[in-house]
Amino acid sequence: MNPELINTLSEQELTAIDAELAHVPCKSAAAIDALKIVQEYRGWVSDDSLHAIARHLEMSADELEGIATFYNLVFRRPVGEQVILLCNSVSCWIKGCDKLQRTISRQLGIEMGETTTDKRYTLLPVSCLGDCDHAPAMMIGKTLHHDLTPESIVRLLAGD
Amino acid sequence: METPLTRNIAPGKPPTDMGAYEQNGGYQGLRRAMAELSPGDCLQLVQDSNLRGRGGAGFPTGMKWSFVPMEKATPGHKYLICNADEMEPGTFKDRLLMERDPHQLIEGMILAAYTIQADIAYVFIRAEYHTAAARLRQAIADCYAKGYLGENILGSGYRLDMLVHSSAGRYICGEETALISALEGKRANPRAKPPFPQVSGLWGRPTIVNNVETLCNITHIIERGADWFKSLGVGEDAGTKLFGVSGRVKNPGCWELPMGTPIRDIIEGCAGGMEDGYQLRGFLPGGGSTDFLVAQHLDLAMDYNVIGKAGSRMGTGTMIILDDRTCPVGMVKNLMDFFARESCGFCTPCRDGLPWTSQILDDIENGRGCSEDLASLENNIGFIGAMGNTHCALAPGAMEPLQSALKYFREDFERHLSADRCPYGEAN
Ligand SMILES: Cc1cc2nc3c(=O)[nH]c(=O)nc-3n(C[C@H](O)[C@H](O)[C@H](O)COP(=O)(O)O)c2cc1C
Ligand code: SF4
Ligand code: FES
Repeated sequence: MNPELINTLSEQELTAIDAELAHVPCKSAAAIDALKIVQEYRGWVSDDSLHAIARHLEMSADELEGIATFYNLVFRRPVGEQVILLCNSVSCWIKGCDKLQRTISRQLGIEMGETTTDKRYTLLPVSCLGDCDHAPAMMIGKTLHHDLTPESIVRLLAGD
Repeated sequence: METPLTRNIAPGKPPTDMGAYEQNGGYQGLRRAMAELSPGDCLQLVQDSNLRGRGGAGFPTGMKWSFVPMEKATPGHKYLICNADEMEPGTFKDRLLMERDPHQLIEGMILAAYTIQADIAYVFIRAEYHTAAARLRQAIADCYAKGYLGENILGSGYRLDMLVHSSAGRYICGEETALISALEGKRANPRAKPPFPQVSGLWGRPTIVNNVETLCNITHIIERGADWFKSLGVGEDAGTKLFGVSGRVKNPGCWELPMGTPIRDIIEGCAGGMEDGYQLRGFLPGGGSTDFLVAQHLDLAMDYNVIGKAGSRMGTGTMIILDDRTCPVGMVKNLMDFFARESCGFCTPCRDGLPWTSQILDDIENGRGCSEDLASLENNIGFIGAMGNTHCALAPGAMEPLQSALKYFREDFERHLSADRCPYGEAN
């Protein structure tokens, strides 16, 4: 990659990452925290961001890429403003999460893993959200929604 | 009936903050330990209490802690880690404990750390538990302000720092050695044992990993003693447990009950029995990686060995109900898809064997199966399910619901083979 294209990290990002570095014995140990911090500010982790983080942590970009792609909540592709995490684990499956997925797909015009053309929503599957007594459940951004029905999903996504 | 773990938790009651926690007797165990108990005394109490780990395997907590080297001669850190990665399908107990009574967990963690003389404690919490993480961070800050954390805790000379580490996803992070890899900033691949984390864990230092609910129990054991704790159980095992029921029951939920409570009391009593129009066909007693049990097991006690003898595991104690209108093949396929997705990819039987098994189940479920498929499934169970063929317990766990479904619901698999689509239609 052309070094000119490599982004630098913002002051805020650096401060947050350096706060994590205070707790760890070597810089690369803060890799996951650093990826999450940058993603919090930028929505996702671009190649440029990845290179900037790797340089700051004194590790190779390849090694950091291996870590970034391991974790499903580190996004290496752009996502919408809101990420919908739809639980498709067993209790939610019994209570109809497949039907909910079709409702979301119909309403937003996206399949699992896709982002709406207006960049508002990305739909992803997630492991059991620990809310099985109120299945089916999903998160939109950081908010948990449960006891969902196709009707309540339509309202959630349309009404805001 | 005493319910120590949920004494501060009730529907509609606000989350317990420092004031409310202390008003209700909180941090008395910590005060007692710092004033009059040595680490050895605390270890003895936990060993005598017969507490078994609530994270799934039921390993005796006191015995686990006793493997931590206590000689002062080795300089360097020792770590206590709370496993708050809760992602086992159908498990919903640790989030409740952390969101509603964070200080109970923190007090238990301080006491556990004191017992093994750890100087750093982590809560490793899954990324999606934002509310729980925020409440824990607040509670930890309040503890520093009160002198319950940091330098010279309550004048005892003991020092402990506590941090919340929020994860970035993947079920495998809950496996304790994978968790340690993740905490070191690496890919969360499990590690070979031995060496066990108790001796060589985080950064090669002695490390104890315990489940949230296990650590919450410590608070009460230190305050009220081993005999009291043992007397809480109504069967073989000691203490109380958070039991849960999800699926098509009238009143799904999570309740604190004595260890050894009969399964029927939980499913038919607390959960109110099946929803109208649904019959019970079977249940996974403790999360998605436990073997099915069926109606004939309803009168068994929820004790580790009793459930073990019946061919399953207590696991996390949160049961998932299979009803008569949900396809058992579909349910097992949902679970297998989950485990295949969540494989860390380190070893071949799991990385390649689970997707293969999923594909066979998909063929059967959708009417494309053939009679050889059942033999292939049995074959995969034998190979992937055998401990020792894979690097960690994820893959053997994935085989548990499948092997027991083939035992109890074999006619369902066979019916699928002679049909051109799932006889249940789309169950949901
Ligand atoms: C694939 C896998 C996932 C696990 N996930 C969790 C988990 O989310 N929480 C947990 O406490 N234990 C989990 N465990 C069990 C841990 O490895 C470990 O046994 C447990 O945290 C020990 O705590 P305990 O002794 O208090 O039960 C998992 C195990 C495996 C094999
Ligand atoms: S059994 Fe699966 S999850 Fe465990 S180490 Fe092997 S590939 Fe990874
Ligand atoms: S299975 Fe969806 S919240 Fe537990």
